[in-house]
Amino acid sequence: MSTTTNGQVCVVIGASHGGVNFAFNLRREGWEGDIILYDIDKEFPYHRPPLSKAYLTSEEGTEQSLLFPKENYEIDNVRLKLGIAVESINRDSKFISLSDGSVQYYNKLVIATGARPFIPPIKGIDLARNLYHMRTAEDAVNIRKAFNTSSKKQVVVIGGGYIGLETAASLRKLGASVVVLEREERILARVTAPVMSEFFTDLHENNGVKVLTGKNVISIEQEGDTNVVVCDDSTQFEADLIVVGVGIRVNTELATETGLNIENGIKVDETARTNDENIYSIGDCTYHYNPHFKCYLRLESVQNAVDQGKVAAKTMCGEEVVYDTIPWFWSDQFDVKLQMVGLSKGYTDIVIRNEEAENSFSAWYFKDDELLAVDAVNFAKAFVLGTRFIKSGQKLDKLKLADLTIPFKPNSFLAE
Amino acid sequence: MAKITFITSDGKTKTVEGTSGSVMELAVQNKIKGIDGDCGGVCSCATCHVHVKPEQWNLTGAPDELENDMLEFDENVSEYSRLSCQIKVSEDLDGLELTVAK
Repeated sequence: MSTTTNGQVCVVIGASHGGVNFAFNLRREGWEGDIILYDIDKEFPYHRPPLSKAYLTSEEGTEQSLLFPKENYEIDNVRLKLGIAVESINRDSKFISLSDGSVQYYNKLVIATGARPFIPPIKGIDLARNLYHMRTAEDAVNIRKAFNTSSKKQVVVIGGGYIGLETAASLRKLGASVVVLEREERILARVTAPVMSEFFTDLHENNGVKVLTGKNVISIEQEGDTNVVVCDDSTQFEADLIVVGVGIRVNTELATETGLNIENGIKVDETARTNDENIYSIGDCTYHYNPHFKCYLRLESVQNAVDQGKVAAKTMCGEEVVYDTIPWFWSDQFDVKLQMVGLSKGYTDIVIRNEEAENSFSAWYFKDDELLAVDAVNFAKAFVLGTRFIKSGQKLDKLKLADLTIPFKPNSFLAE
Repeated sequence: MAKITFITSDGKTKTVEGTSGSVMELAVQNKIKGIDGDCGGVCSCATCHVHVKPEQWNLTGAPDELENDMLEFDENVSEYSRLSCQIKVSEDLDGLELTVAK
């Protein structure tokens, strides 16, 4: 470290994947001053991805999936202030105002405020019984509780994105009758190609989930103990539990009010720094530059939150690094593990490689001869190799890639 | 109770004790450099890759199919590679030495 950070204070707003990993990395990189994390969530920081997956179907509390054990916060002197909201940032005097009426001064500030579920303008949504989102541990606990106490176990999931589909799969596994209502003409429309939408529709249908597309929910009515979900084509669905997963809104308010640059999120450079040199931002809430894809991105993923946090920690400690990662994601539904790497946006063609095992294939997205992304379904090898090819920029022979008689090996698919 | 030793890429050795959970969790808890466990232990990210000593391979056993698929094309894979999130801590592992992969 070039200068001492002893006596300095680094304040982090948001104690989830981004904020917490940042804090421990900051200590690891040699920050000697205070590190204080704030979050409005009262729960000890936990892994979010399992909430819609293993957590729903298990009996364990969130204790089972803490991001870091409690004692690590003591060992590394990372101070955690939970259940406290940050109300404003004063950049001139470098302090934040808190919901308990106090203020906290900072030398460096990290905004890791993430996102919140979008609440669609559906008539009667605020009166619906047992209607939940899926973002926090509390949401997952509520969904589980509502499911366990419901008599008919009739679930309607509004929104056929990853969160909605994972929740649908988990509740179906527990024995619920589940209907997924998607407004678009196919599920996962915003994030994958039609071939993937088709696969996941079949997967859910084969497991007894009803997947209905082109269903625009306009109102939720009450009939005795149950809700009736009404679509604009007059179809109706009874539900004693409703899960809404129709996307998120980025928590940019604090940044906006204090005059930081906002563009589809909090705009940061490749070191995760905002237009204020003392303020960084990481994770879902950022609009950041990706050197590999040569464009600005806003990503909703654990990988992005963790990796951007690592870059911010290094930068703050004086190391010269840039955030240059190929984005990756995963989703678990029923017995299927989907792993995705890269960004398929702007693809011109897709090569599908079906493996011999059932429900095992990979989709390779190309823009002309450049590999943009790979979706691997129950075939982690394609995920790993795809990551390597995207990073290296090696040109591939698409015909060989699609040819199952050619063994799946690193050198099998390189273009001559 | 099992004593497990980690050898990190900077050549440092650290022996820690564990009773339950996965080896990845034990490593994160003890701040072993190079083991991140970003995906939370669901065999999705390969940020907890370790090499087992050949003579101790019988202690950890071989990876299952998914883990094997994650490892096979990893640039730093060896014959004795494992993802430590998939190794359960138990008394049987007492004395295990793991080299953290680059």
